[in-house]
Amino acid sequence: MSRHTLSVLVEDKPGVLTRVASLFARRAFNINSLAVGPTEVPGISRMTVVVDADGDLIEQVTKQLNKLINVIKIVELTPESSVQRDHILVKVRADAATRLQVTQAADLFRASVVDVSTDSVVIEATGHPEKLTALLSVLEPFGIREIVQSGTLAVGRGSRSMSDRALRSA
Amino acid sequence: MSKGSPISPSLMATKSAGAPKAPERADRTADHAVVVADLAAASPVLGPNNVVPPTVMTGSQAIVRSLEELGVDDIFGLPGGAILPTYDPLMASSMNHVLVRHEQGAGHAAQGYAMVTGRVGVCIATSGPGATNLVTAIMDAHMDSVPLVAITGQVSSGVIGTDAFQEADIVGITMPITKHSFLVTDPNDIPHVMAEAFHLASTGRPGPVLVDVAKDAQVGQMTFSWPPRVDLPGYRPVTRGHNKQVREAAKLIAAASKPVLYVGGGVVKAHASAELLALAEATGAPVVTTLMAKGVFPDSHPQHVGMPGMHGTVSAVTALQQSDLLITLGARFDDRVTGVLKTFAPMAKVIHADIDPAEISKNRAADVPIVGSVKEIIPELTEAVRTQFEASGTPDLTTWWAFLNNLKETYPLGWTEPEDGLTAPQKVIERIGALTGPEGIYVAGVGQHQMWAAQFIKYERPHAWLNSGGAGTMGYAVPAAMGAKVGEPDRVVWAIDGDGCFQMTNQELATCAINNIPIKVAVINNSSLGMVRQWQTLFYEGRYSNTDLNTGHDTVRIPDFVKLGEAYGCASFRVEREEDIDATIQKALEINDRPVVIDFVVSPNSMVWPMVPAGVSNDQIQVARNMTPEWEEED
Repeated sequence: MSRHTLSVLVEDKPGVLTRVASLFARRAFNINSLAVGPTEVPGISRMTVVVDADGDLIEQVTKQLNKLINVIKIVELTPESSVQRDHILVKVRADAATRLQVTQAADLFRASVVDVSTDSVVIEATGHPEKLTALLSVLEPFGIREIVQSGTLAVGRGSRSMSDRALRSA
Repeated sequence: MSKGSPISPSLMATKSAGAPKAPERADRTADHAVVVADLAAASPVLGPNNVVPPTVMTGSQAIVRSLEELGVDDIFGLPGGAILPTYDPLMASSMNHVLVRHEQGAGHAAQGYAMVTGRVGVCIATSGPGATNLVTAIMDAHMDSVPLVAITGQVSSGVIGTDAFQEADIVGITMPITKHSFLVTDPNDIPHVMAEAFHLASTGRPGPVLVDVAKDAQVGQMTFSWPPRVDLPGYRPVTRGHNKQVREAAKLIAAASKPVLYVGGGVVKAHASAELLALAEATGAPVVTTLMAKGVFPDSHPQHVGMPGMHGTVSAVTALQQSDLLITLGARFDDRVTGVLKTFAPMAKVIHADIDPAEISKNRAADVPIVGSVKEIIPELTEAVRTQFEASGTPDLTTWWAFLNNLKETYPLGWTEPEDGLTAPQKVIERIGALTGPEGIYVAGVGQHQMWAAQFIKYERPHAWLNSGGAGTMGYAVPAAMGAKVGEPDRVVWAIDGDGCFQMTNQELATCAINNIPIKVAVINNSSLGMVRQWQTLFYEGRYSNTDLNTGHDTVRIPDFVKLGEAYGCASFRVEREEDIDATIQKALEINDRPVVIDFVVSPNSMVWPMVPAGVSNDQIQVARNMTPEWEEED
């Protein structure tokens, strides 16, 4: 099964997240991650859904999503033609002896320290999921206390806007 | 509790000054529905699109007024606390409200109404248990793509989420089984939500839409105007098929030597039976009609080879299995048709025309997908086929027809007389069909009697056969027949029910008797849950676990269906001897002032044949127990 990133424009109506999530559940599709938030157009939200599915299944996922009345448009974003980013907050054990090593590791990944206490730091990092996995493996030996991670966000490269085109055709 | 301004009940009962004259009673033919559909193409708002200038009224008056403006004539429902405000102005409306005895009955009645008229069926219930009682019917409508609008009351918006009395999250509960749903908490949203609900229910692939209205939105003041603006940016059903795909399909048809028209319920919903006949005759191909499509192509037509599927005819099942081209129209490769999917029609290429793009290549990959309404696609395809045949010659289907006609003659539908001396249930059903004729409407429950009603009644026109196909809802027949009779009052409507099914929803006989809805109920009483019993006979060594209902021959007869029918004000008869069958059916056909219940006592040992056992290929169809057709027979 391969990984697909779908950008889904939806009407910002109550229950729309439930409609999307429950569709995945009842049709036995696997969601890898899901991120949702407002867009530049009032009343329109955008979901980025990462799905594990092979070719036929991703076609079904897209068609079934399109049947939801609140779904306006779906675009599959390929890794080549889009920018894809995850966001992560990691709480790492770091006392006076190890703090410098931990912050240096964070620097290497262009991550920043956003909270410090006597025996821990919180590191914030943004990047492609593979980069974040690498960061985590470097931090792992120091002792990871907590991980909070967002779903993938993705946007197509170039000047075109997905919501522009969607709303013109609607 | 409610946020709306208080209003005197007497004020609410009278219509506001801007109220229109009673909408004209619409012509109730299926053709009318097509006209309505054409109108809807011009405006997304159903109904005549009367212009109503802004008028102040309550939310509940707006619900009633919207229904009137949408052209609704008949509603099935049952009031309760959270929908009470709406029932008040409903009393003054010209619309006919049928008070059911259980909300499930309202749902199935609205389905039956929609199935025979092609119009949107409407049911109303209160919050909580009222709404959850609609769930089975909503799910049934979802599975069989029936245009249905269900209106439910909801507790006031201020107490939603507090586990208030009779509160249920019906929008959440029905989310997986509706085409769409709305929760209305602002009375000003009512007109556009109602118009959107009817638009969604009736266009594209039809289906159920739920409108849940909080009590404060019903009692609150709002400004009503009509027609409202329909704002559904994410809903753009495709109706016109792609030209290139249609031409591609015609090429495949011209090149096929074993084509089959695999016709499903979508052709009934699209009112495209005339178009189908033209295509069938242009191609000369055999036609199979699925359980949901019975009657859309006449059973008597020489090109009809039967119903496919688990209990289909040998000729229909084999036609699909041996075919080199399936011309699939408004069908969805349901598992009851395909059997084990990977062995289904292994040699066939697939043309698949459907209004729902998600059905195409869902179960079986399509070689030529055509998204659109079969009402538009079929005539285009007929034209393209004629052009293609002129260019490349008409394919020779003589060998194919010789093979299929041989199967039709060798393995016709039939039954063996039961060895226990009791009546064969098939015979009862066959006689009902023969004596009533193709102009009648036949509504079945679910189980053996349903299959026999599909097999042994001859259907010559669409909208004459109603059943719960996808959902398989026992208890569908009586309330759906009631709804069908309200929609088509001049037709004879038979509910062909089983003794198990009948006990699930027979309370609607009270509704029928009191509201002068004279349906006829034939209880095919084999004293058991017959289809389950058949599986126990075949696959569980005859261990009849919990399938004996004690309603039939030589039992305590609890309940006694004749007494039960009489208690409900129905003319009631029991038929135990074959020689009484015809006379009793005739007697029932002559009674039109009240419902009729006939308890046909039949053998519990009759089984539905042919049968493709679950989990095997359609090639292993059995014409009787452990008997498969002789494929290598010389002709």
